Amino acid sequence: MASAVEMHFKQLVEYINEQFRKEFVQTGEEAPADHISVATADWKAFAEFLKNDEQLFFDAMMCITGVDYGEESDLGVIYNLHSMKHNHKLEVRINLPREKPVVPSVEQIWRIADWFERETYDMYGIEFQGHRDLRRILLPEDWEGFPLRKDYEFPTTYHGIEVPKMKEGWE
Amino acid sequence: MTDTLDLELGSVQAEEMVLNMGPQHPSTHGVLRLKVRTDGEIVTHITPYIGYLHRCFEKHCENVTYEQVIPYTDRCDYIASMNNNFGYAVAVEQLMDIKVPEKVEHIRVIVAELNRIASHLLAVGTFGLDVGAFTPFLYCFRDRERILDLFEMLCGARLLYSYIWIGGLSHDLPVGWVEKTYEFLDYFEPQVEEYNNLLTFNKIFIERTADVGVLPREVAISYGVTGPNLRGSGVKWDLRKDDPYSIYDRFEFDIPIGTGVMGTVGDCWDRYYIRIREIEESAKIVRQALEQLPRDGDVHEALPKKIRPPKGHIYSRTETPRGDLGYYIISDGKPIPYRLKMRSPAFTALSCINEISHGWMISDVFAILGSLDIVLGEIDR
Amino acid sequence: MVNYFLDIFANVSWLAAMPSGTQFVLAALMTGLPLFLFVAINALIAVYAERKISAFMQDRLGPMGQGVGLHAGKWGLLQTLADALKLILKQDIIPALADRKLFILAPFIIFIAAFVAIAAMPFNQHILAADFNIGVFFILAVGSVGVIGIIMAGYSSNNKWSLYGAMRSAAQIISYEIPAALSILTVIMLTGSLQMQEIIKAQSGTIWGILPNWFIFNNPFTFLAFFLFFISGVAETNRTPFDLPEAESELVAGFHTEYSGMRWAFFFLSEYANVFIVSGITAVAFLGGWQSPISGYLDGPIWGLVWFFGKVSFLILVMMWFRWTFPRLRTDQLMRMGWKYFLPASLVNILGVGLWDLVVN
Repeated sequence: MASAVEMHFKQLVEYINEQFRKEFVQTGEEAPADHISVATADWKAFAEFLKNDEQLFFDAMMCITGVDYGEESDLGVIYNLHSMKHNHKLEVRINLPREKPVVPSVEQIWRIADWFERETYDMYGIEFQGHRDLRRILLPEDWEGFPLRKDYEFPTTYHGIEVPKMKEGWE
Repeated sequence: MTDTLDLELGSVQAEEMVLNMGPQHPSTHGVLRLKVRTDGEIVTHITPYIGYLHRCFEKHCENVTYEQVIPYTDRCDYIASMNNNFGYAVAVEQLMDIKVPEKVEHIRVIVAELNRIASHLLAVGTFGLDVGAFTPFLYCFRDRERILDLFEMLCGARLLYSYIWIGGLSHDLPVGWVEKTYEFLDYFEPQVEEYNNLLTFNKIFIERTADVGVLPREVAISYGVTGPNLRGSGVKWDLRKDDPYSIYDRFEFDIPIGTGVMGTVGDCWDRYYIRIREIEESAKIVRQALEQLPRDGDVHEALPKKIRPPKGHIYSRTETPRGDLGYYIISDGKPIPYRLKMRSPAFTALSCINEISHGWMISDVFAILGSLDIVLGEIDR
Repeated sequence: MVNYFLDIFANVSWLAAMPSGTQFVLAALMTGLPLFLFVAINALIAVYAERKISAFMQDRLGPMGQGVGLHAGKWGLLQTLADALKLILKQDIIPALADRKLFILAPFIIFIAAFVAIAAMPFNQHILAADFNIGVFFILAVGSVGVIGIIMAGYSSNNKWSLYGAMRSAAQIISYEIPAALSILTVIMLTGSLQMQEIIKAQSGTIWGILPNWFIFNNPFTFLAFFLFFISGVAETNRTPFDLPEAESELVAGFHTEYSGMRWAFFFLSEYANVFIVSGITAVAFLGGWQSPISGYLDGPIWGLVWFFGKVSFLILVMMWFRWTFPRLRTDQLMRMGWKYFLPASLVNILGVGLWDLVVN
């Protein structure tokens, strides 16, 4: 069994470019020093590679965060991965179009992604393809709207009951 | 909330019963609903329903300044609130590159570990209560009251402190606090014997918890379980040693892991016993920190005048009594966070309950739930 | 005791003139009423004792009050009375979908089972409501009628949790009846009679001049039988560590979840009556009943009462001690203990006592 070898970000990037696909990750002066951007189409295969490869062995998904980058721009999903064996970390970011945010689900690879993806769906409306049970987790099942989006409007009624008006400033 | 029970004819077998352990129940630690499908007394499937305590923490954080987020972080895991504050302060300080003075670091470690002891005492006591032992609960609370008295002396609050600020602390140590803490430690360290005699090595307790709800190592890692639950499965992983933050690398303490001495590795007894051992270890850390505490220094020295972190993302994690607490913060240069995500350890711990409860009886579901030590405030945020 | 009253009536002219049926009913009432009052007062005292003892074991104070006449009496003595008054004044809620007749009947059946068993309990040499010549058998038989009440309560509540509690309770009580009965059998073998007073009288005198001749000291098999019987008795009364049927933290309150007010108080009354009965039989069969430990001295009728209540109170204290110390056993572990360990142990006991009796006597 391979012993634990911790790799820094640059080494990880080099390794991925060698082993997974050439030029998969942008390198050079302009490249970000802390995360990898991945396209939606590549994500499933890349995720399996990250989990199963001996040198990388990212067996723990620390966190999945959904982001709304602003009124006119995209939504995004950010995955923070960690390897218990080698003790190295990686951050993967995927940008999604606002009108139809769809990304492949990795819940069969890391089981915690089941609940994390449900939460991201609940808050942002990002659809995870292949998720076996994608439904709301924190909000009631029949809630309308996706609260953490920047253009979310608070509902004025819920099941016919008036919601009290939000007070602004010192009202 | 509309939620349909699957009652179509032919889909539910005649022997299977659907039992609802509703949001109001003496033994779910908070408002948690478990829909349990059982075959007689044997559980076949559990579906947890959470969200009863959702208070829109993340949306609030996008509307208040960085300092104003601190009271919100208290209220997520209300039992270990110092640790929540600590995690958040460490995250923002990394983002802003602030170095806090030595005295502040030591005090932070002391209060975080005291809060760890208090939280584990509650976990141990309520676990005993779930299994039917009424007395250890009261003994644990009696000792926990002493810690809460120390905190009240420190910052005025018993449960929700907002004590650890970004770059410092809210109050300095009052006169006599260090002596009182030494007194408490002298009183408390022999008390753990009492808990061991009453509950830990009690034959009936061992029968109820050993071999029950075994969480295998790979399942634990895949489900993102961390903290005492992961260590119970034999994985020696503690952020205080393996990814140190603050000044934890200066202290000597052990990381107890589950060895399956009473049953299997990763059963409820292991997770429970680790908490008892961690109480002892935290007491050691507090003692060392008190000895190394610099007596003079201003705790407000490094508080920044204006908290405007530079643009950037950060993911930072700390070890709370329940596991890895992670904060993912995105800053866009304004005094208000752009996005703040809290990755709570109890959320991941609860997600694996279906996997580890197969084949056990209804009474065991409560034993398993109690051994996972969840706090709904943290899960729902 | 009924005969005692009938004798008194025979000497009073106007009572003797009444038809014998009426005389009998009157005598029975005069015997039964004090017994009923005794059961009620026993429950009051037992509840207060339980709360105070549990409080002291848990490092707290329990019910407290400032002075006689004020809200709860000095040391909280009037607390139970206040609770009883409150329960009587509570609204009587019967769930809409519950089976009304069974729901209402269940607490009474449980109470009757406990109350009737007290009729055969010897308090001292003379006070004994009904001195059956099958006394022990009668108590064991009547005590099991309580199970029917429990199942009725659980079923009629129309609540899955209550049903679970009732089923567990029924299984538990029936399983532990057998070791209990077999353990008592050892004592009966040594006495040769089922009559309660006979069993007590057979324990008079001393062993080796110092130890009282109680069955617990008689031979090692009855010593073991004492523990088997006592623990089976605890299981019969549904107390911790066997209180899964009414497990507070799991089934909310088990088979009496849906009961409120005075109906619930009846369950409580009968639980404490059962506790008294189990302790009483243990004291009678193994600890000499109303016999004094120092044979020959201190054995008048009043002393008999003192010794009997002393022994019973000690056993009740031990039961309460169990409750606040041990966690609860799971249903299957409970059943396994009863069938796989207690039952063979009690059978071996019977064999042992028989051999001992043959060899030694």
